This record gives sequence, C-alpha cells and structure tokens, in this order.
Amino acid sequence: MSEPRTIIDKLWDAHEIVRRDDGESLLWVDRHYVHEGSFQAFNTLAKRGATVAEPDLTFGMADHYVPTRGARRAIANPEIANMVRQVEDNTAKHGIKLFGLDDPRQGIVHVVGPEQGLTLPGLLVVCGDSHTSSHGALGAYAFGIGASEVAHVLMTQTIWQARPKRMRITVDGTAAPGISGKDIILAIIARIGAAGATGCALEFSGSAIRALSIEGRLTLCNMSIEAGGRCGMVAPDAATFAYIKGRPYAPQGATFDAAVDEWSRLATDQGATFDAEVSLDAKAIAPIVTWGTSPEDALPIDASVPDPAREANADRAKYLREALDYMGIAPGKKLTEIAVDRVFIGSCTNARIEDLRAAAAVFSGRTSRVPGLVSAGSTPVKRQAEEEGLDRIFRDAGLEWGESGCSMCVGINGDLVAPGERCASTTNRNFRGRQGPSARTHLMSPAMVAAAAVSGHLADVRPLLAGRKI
Amino acid sequence: MDKVTTITGAACPIDQSNVNTDQILPARYLKWTRAKGIGKVLFNDLRFDAEGREKLDFPLNNPAWRNAKIVVAARNFGCGSSRESAVYALYDYGIRCVIAPSFGDIFSGNAVQNGLLTAIVSDDEAAEILATLQRTPELSLTVDLEQQTIVCGNRTYNFAIDPVRRARLLNGWDDVALTNSYRARIAAFKARDQADRPWVTPSLD
Repeated sequence: MSEPRTIIDKLWDAHEIVRRDDGESLLWVDRHYVHEGSFQAFNTLAKRGATVAEPDLTFGMADHYVPTRGARRAIANPEIANMVRQVEDNTAKHGIKLFGLDDPRQGIVHVVGPEQGLTLPGLLVVCGDSHTSSHGALGAYAFGIGASEVAHVLMTQTIWQARPKRMRITVDGTAAPGISGKDIILAIIARIGAAGATGCALEFSGSAIRALSIEGRLTLCNMSIEAGGRCGMVAPDAATFAYIKGRPYAPQGATFDAAVDEWSRLATDQGATFDAEVSLDAKAIAPIVTWGTSPEDALPIDASVPDPAREANADRAKYLREALDYMGIAPGKKLTEIAVDRVFIGSCTNARIEDLRAAAAVFSGRTSRVPGLVSAGSTPVKRQAEEEGLDRIFRDAGLEWGESGCSMCVGINGDLVAPGERCASTTNRNFRGRQGPSARTHLMSPAMVAAAAVSGHLADVRPLLAGRKI
Repeated sequence: MDKVTTITGAACPIDQSNVNTDQILPARYLKWTRAKGIGKVLFNDLRFDAEGREKLDFPLNNPAWRNAKIVVAARNFGCGSSRESAVYALYDYGIRCVIAPSFGDIFSGNAVQNGLLTAIVSDDEAAEILATLQRTPELSLTVDLEQQTIVCGNRTYNFAIDPVRRARLLNGWDDVALTNSYRARIAAFKARDQADRPWVTPSLD
C-alpha cells in the first residue's frame, strides 16, 4: 500500500518530468491558454527566433481588450484594436487555435476553457492570468504565470515550479438559500487574509463545497489567488463528470469512460495530511460584501464598517483609515447605508449562466435605481441567457446588456467606473483604481449586486428573494 | 540576465500592506512595450494626481527617495494580477530589490525572471526598517544576496529567499537554456504520457 496522497500531490506527481536536487521540478503542461496580454511572451519568441512546442495544446482567447458595446470590430482606440490584432496575428503565425472576436465560442478564458471541455480533471493548466486558479474547480492543477513563464511554456510546454505547501479548506454544513460560492470564498478570505494562503495550493472540501454546482466551484477557485493561494481545486465528482460529458473538446465514448475512471481516483486519500487545515461552518455564512481596498476587507451585510478610532493596533488603525478614506465611507457606518452609483455583473468570477440566473431572480419585476452593465462570461452564455429571457429582465430593470469580455473588472477595454463612483460588482478585486482611476469597488455575489441595484444601496438579498424561485 | 550580488542605495519606504500589482502598474499601461519607458509610470496613480502633478505625500516623490534602488514595504507586496510589467516598471525605474515580510507568489516568480531581488524579513523587522528610513531618509541600505543580509544603519538584518531563486539571481541563469538541457527527458515523458493519458489530447481540431 502506498502512502496516502492529497489531490495536490497526485496532480503534481503526474506532471513531474524532472526533480532537481534543489527541489525545483520541471512540470509538463497539458493546456496553455493565451490572450491579448500574452504579446510580451510572443515578442520574446520572435526575438529568439523560437517556435511554439505544442500548438495543439495551446489555445488563444480574445477577452481582456474586446469591446462589450457596439459593433465588435469597430474598436475606436487604435491601441486597444492593436491588442486584439496581436493575439490574432500571433496565434495565426504559430498555428494556435483562437477563440477570437468573431467566434461564437468567444469569451473570458476562464469561462471558455471549462465550457468548451478544454479544461478537464487531472490536467495541468497555465495561463498568463492570475485567475487561472478557476480551472481547479474541475480538479485540474491550474495557476497563473508571468510573461517570462508564458514564453517558457510556449517554447517548451513545461514549467519550473517549487512544490507548494498544501492547505485544505473544509466547509461543512448547509448554506442558507441565497448564499453562493462567492459568499463562501469571501468568508474564507476574510478569515485567512489576502496573504493567508501564500505559497500554498488549496484543496476546497466539505459538504458545502460538494453541494456547489460547477459554476459555484469555479467562482470559489477563481478567488484562491485573492487569498494568496498558488492554485485552488475541488476533487472531481459525479457533478464534474456530468458537466464535462459531451462538451466539444472533451474526450468522447470509451475514452471518456476511461478518463472518468482515472479522474475518480484523484480525490485525496483517507489519511493524507496537509501542511495547514482551515474549517468553516457553512451555516454561519451570511451574504458578504467588501468595504475596503483588499478582498480581505469583507464583512457580512448586516455589519458596520470598522472604526479606526476603536482599533488598538496603530498599524491596523492606519490601514483602516486609509482604506475608508479611499472608499469615501465614514468610520462605523452600517454597510446597508452605503449608497451605490452603478453596478456591474460580469467577469471570470461571476458571469456564468447560474450567476446571471441568480441576479435575474432578484431583478425580475423590479427596476434598478442605478445604471449598470451586464456582460456574460462568454458568447455561448450570452446566447443561453437570451434563450431563457434573462436579457429581457436585465434590460427591463434598466441595465445594459453587453457582449462578453473582461470588461469592467479591469477596465482595459474602456469599460470604466468613473472617478469617485461607487460600484457594486461581481468581480474579484476591490483594489484602488482597479475599475478605473479613483473608482470604488464593493465585491459581492451576483444576487447581492442585484439587491444593491434595486435598493440603491448595499442590501441583504435574502428578504428580496422571499417567495421567489432561486 | 545580469547577475545580482550586492545592492547599495537609497531605500524608499512604502508603509502599506497588500501593495498589489494594479498599484505598481495600473492596467491601462499593460498595452505598453517595455521600450516605451514603462519605468515612468511605476506607481503612476499613487505618484501622480489626475492632472499629472506629483503627489507630495507619496514617498517616491520625496527627493531623498526619488533615485531609490530599494523599496521597503509591509506584507503581501505584489499580490494580485500576474502582470510581469509590474516587475518591468520597478526594474526600469531603477529598483533592484524589494524588502517585505511576504510577496505575492506570481510576483516573486516574475521578479526572479528579471533580476529583481525579493528579500523577506519578519513583520517586526520590516516595521523597524520602515521606521529607520522615515527617521533618516538619506540612509543608504546594502543588501547582500550572498550573505542574505541587509545593512541598515548600525543594524544588520538577515533576510530569507527561496534558495533556488537565490541561486538563479546570483548566477543570472536563463530558464529556457536550462530546460533545453532536459530535452530528452521531456520527449520521453511526452511519449509515455500520451500513451498513459490519451484523454488529454483535445478531441476537436
């Protein structure tokens, strides 16, 4: 009988080509996703006169800079148009399949990968984007890398890594209605901090995690990086296999059955040990919003923002003061008294069909008191939402129904929150200036963004769901 | 890549935790190539107001720290986005070392690829160095990678760094050249893996 292993170890071991004496390992990469931002890496290849080692395992997406409004090809800003053109040119030059601006499968890389069946359990997945941790929701070892590493993977289909510490985060119990994967991950980050998982690979386990849909698990793993984690994952189970079956790039027939056999053995063995363990009770998790400038600045909606004057630790008091000052919130203010100027529903964190349904369930028959934009995570999600009539609900509420892309999460396509404006957002980062210079971001679930929109201020979604099907 | 041994120079104290890569380099500059002068927009929105005027309270605008080679910060420096351009901005501005109690994992990986040293000290030590620099702005620090020490006035601090990263910085190694020396093993792995895990191959295209 071999030593019991965690899912993290099993995935690592399956990809290790070389282990050097100093502890660094060379790992095989099964999937490499590139996007507009990968141009620096392609420039490195051009400079070296190098080719792409495995173009068939490399997939390109146009997502970060694509327009969400108006004709998609009519990009007014020449620099932004150039970013989209570069990913088209670079993928074409190297024989890489691109889900480009005109492709009906286009969308955000962390939505498209799982949706097309490209991301599978047991794979090692990398991309030059920190939210690559999302793909761990399917039981993949998936992490974000920088431009030098993107170039290295393009040239060799391998990556050097040090074995991470292993952290298991167990969430047991039944979450209340209206509590989503977003609330769970914000509760985790609030507990362990934005650097709480630095140097760690995370496994999320427990009955509340098992109960999440694949969409909910993608949201959860997406924000592993916001806790400092290298990657996050959920062991694949029947829900995972059902999600993958029949997707365009997924294995079919007997190959699929054989794969499921293998994937079923990925779960952490009984008795395997972790370097750190954290546990949360799902019953105790309320809808959560952020109030400050780091995802760790998160509180249940019925709380008040901190008061620096009541903080004994001087450094902490300074931090609180600066965060509240940037956010334009008076110390000790009740969260539900904070008025919002705009809302955004989108991003790789929360723009899958289930997210749009959750927001629409709140908006249905109601009007948003503030302007807002809804940008589906992918063009197929957008189409499906339209088939279900969700676009009608958003439009009737007064929101804009946009095309798919990273959009207002990072604002580099031009979708910006104006200086000083406060946005309730389904995205992943409430950093200073993230959604635009001097923009103020509050992170929360899609249902909570809808609650803020129809209330005009941060609000508890639970009363708004009374008598509604969710 | 240039080898890193010792770094001596002015050290700019940025007494904040969670200084993320959006702060180090705002996303709108990600379109820039390095040749465009990315060091100019390091910490852009912290350094300049909306009209492009220097914000006097940001330490890098203090004459004593304007030409800093070292940045000292609180925990979790470089968290957030994987943008390597954040490292280019620091390096091209002239920063060769960042001292902090912890770093975002992707950031410190990017740093070593570009000859930027990330030196880890304890929370208390970082606070002490920050306080010393605020008292004596003109103080020059010396960071010795071989010895793993930081000389700050009459104090010497030891710092931690992953030994592999240390060796890479000291030797200026190129990853791709190293990887290519394992080409045969990579090919053997690939052949075996394709037989063992046929389901990995994407089924379309």
